[in-house]
Amino acid sequence: MNLTDQTSETTASAPRTPMTMIQALRSAMDVMLERDPDVVVFGQDVGYFGGVFRCTEGLQKKYGKSRVFDAPISEGGIVGAAVGMGAYGLRAVVEIQFADYFYPASDQIVSEAARLRYRSVGDFTAPITIRMPCGGGIYGGQTHSQSPEAMFTHVCGLRTVMPSNPYDAKGLLIASIECDDPVIFLEPKRLYNGPFDGHHDKPVIPWSKHPLGEVPEGYYTVALESASVFRPGTDLTVLTYGTMVFVAEAAAEETGIDAEIIDLRSIWPLDLDTLVKSVKKTGRCVVVHEATRTSGFGAELVALVQEHCFYHLEAPIERVTGWDTPYPHAQEWAYFPGPERVAAGFKRAMER
Amino acid sequence: MTPRKPLHLHVPEPSGRPGRETDFSYLRLSRAGELRRPPVATQAVATRDLAYGLVRVLDEDGRAVGPWASEIDPQLLRRGLTAMMKTRIFDARMLIAQRQKKMSFYMQCLGEEAIAIAHALALDPGDMCFPTYRQQGLLLARDDVDMVEMICQLLSNGRDPLKGRQLPVMYSYKRAGFFSISGNLATQFIQAVGWAMASAIKGDTRIASGWIGDGATAEADFDTALTFAHVYRAPVILNVVNNQWAISTFQGIAGGEGTTFAARGVGCGIASLRVDGNDFLAVYAASQWAAERARSNLGPTLIEWVTYRAGPHSTSDDPAKYRPADDWAHFPLGDPIARLKAHLIALGAWSEKEHEDAQRELELQVAAAQKEAESYGTLADGHLRSAAEMFEDVYKELPAHLRRQRQQLGV
Repeated sequence: MNLTDQTSETTASAPRTPMTMIQALRSAMDVMLERDPDVVVFGQDVGYFGGVFRCTEGLQKKYGKSRVFDAPISEGGIVGAAVGMGAYGLRAVVEIQFADYFYPASDQIVSEAARLRYRSVGDFTAPITIRMPCGGGIYGGQTHSQSPEAMFTHVCGLRTVMPSNPYDAKGLLIASIECDDPVIFLEPKRLYNGPFDGHHDKPVIPWSKHPLGEVPEGYYTVALESASVFRPGTDLTVLTYGTMVFVAEAAAEETGIDAEIIDLRSIWPLDLDTLVKSVKKTGRCVVVHEATRTSGFGAELVALVQEHCFYHLEAPIERVTGWDTPYPHAQEWAYFPGPERVAAGFKRAMER
Repeated sequence: MTPRKPLHLHVPEPSGRPGRETDFSYLRLSRAGELRRPPVATQAVATRDLAYGLVRVLDEDGRAVGPWASEIDPQLLRRGLTAMMKTRIFDARMLIAQRQKKMSFYMQCLGEEAIAIAHALALDPGDMCFPTYRQQGLLLARDDVDMVEMICQLLSNGRDPLKGRQLPVMYSYKRAGFFSISGNLATQFIQAVGWAMASAIKGDTRIASGWIGDGATAEADFDTALTFAHVYRAPVILNVVNNQWAISTFQGIAGGEGTTFAARGVGCGIASLRVDGNDFLAVYAASQWAAERARSNLGPTLIEWVTYRAGPHSTSDDPAKYRPADDWAHFPLGDPIARLKAHLIALGAWSEKEHEDAQRELELQVAAAQKEAESYGTLADGHLRSAAEMFEDVYKELPAHLRRQRQQLGV
């Protein structure tokens, strides 16, 4: 694990506190509300109550109702208002309660936030951060489990980010809020309270027992467009992000295959150099994501590896993903690409 | 059991079609001066009569009558009149330039000039409008936006400030309080509310003014804007320009049949007015009333401006296919330029001679601006911005993948 690559200099020596991903995200918003008077936070249930996942708990009390407040149940309205605030000069950090609910805001995200700088030649910009919990594993059914990252990576002008741990979550969220481009900030909700390796029948491990749950209290950033080498290895390269980072780690331990796991962190635009360097080193590549397979972001990763590493590949690139079905409720563990499916992908990549 | 009658679907239909004259009684007009002018600190529910009636000031003889008539400096009215004349001349010349293929597309605001221009004159510097593509009057009412630069945008030439990225008329002028026009509909309405919320959050004194057409009120962003504006008591004016037509679709299909668009505001808890949009004095008075409400922390005002889209929707449209060709001539609210001109002449503050002189002078001004703009190139002659610029401003900094793609294009 590489905790300090590309992060701001002050962090290496800063004292660290155990935090869950929820606490780390809250700390990021707290830091930015404190540092920048133009930052505002709003969304459904985020004010007095502090959000259904409690990510904004206490922030309204600390910063007042005009900077942290509840919004009507209207994702289009939340993002549209945030775009208008951006035109004014504020930095809105808005919460879409579940990534599955962003669809009514599509026009405001795709046609407005993403293209405002371009169409006005920088006359107006939308420096907004749109937070949304994503992914399954909480029995959320087909409307509380989706991973729609590919919907956003297909849109020019957006940045799409997904952290896998509290340390990265805080540093990436601060970097996203400071970024002058609109950022889609996807939070794997199954990782909110602990690193989850896909073994749903085992007891939950809390973040307090994981080194990446140690988070500096103050300001620091994890740079956008920087991937991390989550687990160094020599046999094959895993390109993944979010919850699947830990699932891939479990698959490596369980198969004894020395996988090098690249956590993209910034899905798009991405850190192509880190990815290419690793695949050229190992000669084998497995792309893993929880989202549905067809036209998923894995397809883009496979294409990039093929374009940049073709003559270094010793085997076809493998993909391990969710199935091309809606996310089922009762059968979610048959849908979720757990350690066994990922391990099978590793083995296929090693066999040839 | 009593036999049930079969259900049937109602699809609204305009009274007028090609070859059949429009019955404009559906507009349910009030007389000039008939409606009251409540204090600005009114409750939304108390504006019900104003949302179903029609605020009018100018009567048939060009006199300003009733409680919405206020003392306005004739100098300001002359400025408004000449700005409307300039806008009409500008539109007419740009239409010809489009037919000459110097630009790809154009949209005029013929017949609707009073709304944007009187509204612009009622706002303060620093206020921010979120317009549709038919509010060029907001820019042409000002002295600080250069017509040459606007025409360069229309021509997509080397001096187009939007670098050829946007369709003609999709201007962006932050310094003139004119938000970048998107091209898809209604999105700007909720953004105007967001901007106004930001102004309130920061304790600023500036207000926002959002614009939408009758057709686009059917979009979710319209209702969302009303909800947010009401919930947060945002300092915003919500303008619905009801020009009766959304391309070929009359306002009944947008939901105007048997009700008014202003009435939507009342239902959302927003003080609302329905105003004669071709009456310069009524537009100015209603805009001032709404602006004062916003500036006094009394929240949003919705104004439905009743007018008529006298021209085609755009240069790609032929209205003779779906409405009577001479419909505008029968529209009971007339021509805003003719009405303000008659009023100024009745006041003794204008004359036919001054009007003719102003017309000639403005035509020369617009022609000179066009000539200068065309000297920098047109879409037809290929004097465009470099294609390399298409990769800029997608993100604040050029990312690696766009640098590679620019190299592939070889520019």
